[in-house]
Amino acid sequence: MIDYLDELESESIHILREVAGQFEKPALLFSGGKDSITMVHLALKAFRPGKFPFPLVHIDTGHNFSEALVYRDKLVHDIGEKLIVRKVEDTIKSKSLAEPKGKFASRNALQTYTLLDTIEEFGFDACIGGARRDEEKARAKERIFSVRDEFGQWDPKRQRPELWNIYNGKIQKGENVRVFPISNWTELDIWNYIRRENISLPSIYFSHQREVIEHEGQLVAVSSFITLDESDKVMNKKVRYRTVGDMTCTAAVESGAATVNDIINEIISTRTSERGETRIDDKLSEAAMEDRKKNGYF
Amino acid sequence: MDLLRFITAGSVDDGKSTLIGRLLYDSKSILTDQMEALEKQSKNKEEGAIDLALLTDGLRAEREQGITIDVAYKYFSTPKRKFIIADAPGHTQYTRNMVTGASNAQLMIILVDARNGIVEQTRRHSIIASLLNMPHVIVAINKMDLVEFSQDVYNNIVIEYASFARSLGLKNVQYLPISALNGDNIVDVSLNTSWYDGPSLLHILETTSITSDINLTHARMFVQYVIRPQNEELHDYRGYAGKIISGIYRIGDEIIILPAGISSRLTRIERNQQDVEEAIAGQSVILHLADDIDISRGDVLVKKDHPPLLGQELEVLLCWMDTKPLWAGNRYLIQHNSRRVKSVVKEIEFRLDVNSLEKQAGVEKADLNDIVRAKIKTASPLAYDLYKDLRANGGLILIDETSNVTVGACMIQE
Repeated sequence: MIDYLDELESESIHILREVAGQFEKPALLFSGGKDSITMVHLALKAFRPGKFPFPLVHIDTGHNFSEALVYRDKLVHDIGEKLIVRKVEDTIKSKSLAEPKGKFASRNALQTYTLLDTIEEFGFDACIGGARRDEEKARAKERIFSVRDEFGQWDPKRQRPELWNIYNGKIQKGENVRVFPISNWTELDIWNYIRRENISLPSIYFSHQREVIEHEGQLVAVSSFITLDESDKVMNKKVRYRTVGDMTCTAAVESGAATVNDIINEIISTRTSERGETRIDDKLSEAAMEDRKKNGYF
Repeated sequence: MDLLRFITAGSVDDGKSTLIGRLLYDSKSILTDQMEALEKQSKNKEEGAIDLALLTDGLRAEREQGITIDVAYKYFSTPKRKFIIADAPGHTQYTRNMVTGASNAQLMIILVDARNGIVEQTRRHSIIASLLNMPHVIVAINKMDLVEFSQDVYNNIVIEYASFARSLGLKNVQYLPISALNGDNIVDVSLNTSWYDGPSLLHILETTSITSDINLTHARMFVQYVIRPQNEELHDYRGYAGKIISGIYRIGDEIIILPAGISSRLTRIERNQQDVEEAIAGQSVILHLADDIDISRGDVLVKKDHPPLLGQELEVLLCWMDTKPLWAGNRYLIQHNSRRVKSVVKEIEFRLDVNSLEKQAGVEKADLNDIVRAKIKTASPLAYDLYKDLRANGGLILIDETSNVTVGACMIQE
């Protein structure tokens, strides 16, 4: 019997090596979250003792958790691989983009501009991302090799059929492919794998004290990136993060889970899905993710 | 805990989406916020009860039209197994998606509406299951509540299907009566079908043995990527990275590199950054050979016993997946695991009617969703197996070199 984690791991390594074999200029999109950290771990298994055939690329919104940045820099130093950082801030300036306004002025949507510029700057033909199909309905329908046009757009009706374990990454000049090696993993699979492989994570995944406000039932960290109203009550709570994104669009959950084991137990007993609990940006409409993907988002 | 990949097939109103919704719901894989979104959508559609089918309809275009246009993947697990469901739509025009979803599945659930019995789409899905050599099939006779849980209705469908399955050569077929809407025989055995003495659907899914589906005799590993660090300490390091698709490799094994036909010996196996003595089907590894040979992506490392076939002329069953038709004489790029070669479709021998299995001779072209038997010639040799013997090395795709789109799926017959 092949253990399910071994099977998922082997499948992901196979996909990463297909990227290495089929593309000239791939990149691994690295956010500092647990999914991209898991992908780096899988890339080590796929390519060591050789170097990664791609750099890590961080599209930096400037609204980061400082813990995630510290972790990122240490990881890159430890594995000795190349990191490219491109800042949304710079795109906003150079392209005179309108900085989003409002209470939670999220730069999440603007990441797409910086990503597309970065793809063009380096001529990347494949971008490896950590999206999982269990996260969201639109993602459940996206291929592992997802071809995007020059504008990064996903066309769900024109996807290439993906048969057996054969991945067709052939593209025209100007197109690129988004590759999702952990498509078939669930949140729980990732955590079970982190436990099994003893992978270290940024500290914000574990329970800590933090100043937060409540907004529509979700806890948002107080930071210089959000504007407080008079009605906001700042509370000091024991929280942790289930996903690590932009500080303005990632909500915390109340939790005392201090270890990976605690987190796994919490996920098993919890009744809310990962994106639903912690992503402010998905609640906008039923088709929020579908629309963003069609516009070039990860 | 292991992993089972299955596909659900059924006609438009057989309750396929409801069944998947039911499995997710009863295995507690539907979470609060998804449930809330579901309630909201169900209200949008002005239906009273929660519509479990909405769980699997991912895209707005589909929700608006109330159809499923593509394969969606869903995940759930029980303490015994993790499951990946490929949910493929049942409409006539989507044979392509069925074939895609089925290509990776170890089991197919075919839903039959108890009121209608075996219909054209049931036949088509079963034929596709047989063409793709589906290892396990479950025929779930649904909507039993609408035929008063009648044993006669159930038995008649089973008898009719069994003879059809025999004619197709379908293996490992199991039957059960269910009501996906009400949950009868889904997780627990239902009192409404006291005459049925088999297990529930979930129990079958949890206990179907898939270990015997793994081939441990025909060693095949396609090189995906050659690892050469080329630094001072690893100056001579040269490792062949790939996933073992079948068989077992042990240090000391005599290896033949195909298509070149050169022999060497296996000196080292790395798996997950560790040296191991042996590695088996399903594992991603790095293999090292005794001799310095020019090996690159697309070459396949095999063993002397149970070698694959080697050749440039293939007889295939071909499922056409493009809107532009396939004409005899057209040229395509073949991708066979990690190997790509140029090819030409020499001849279309017949079209297979997927509703009747009738062979229609004298066809000049294949249209979208057609399944034809064709002769293909490749520009250089392929090391392949027959699809019926080894799925993982008997399937290949055709790529249109002008559009780069995957236009066909082939199952090698001869």
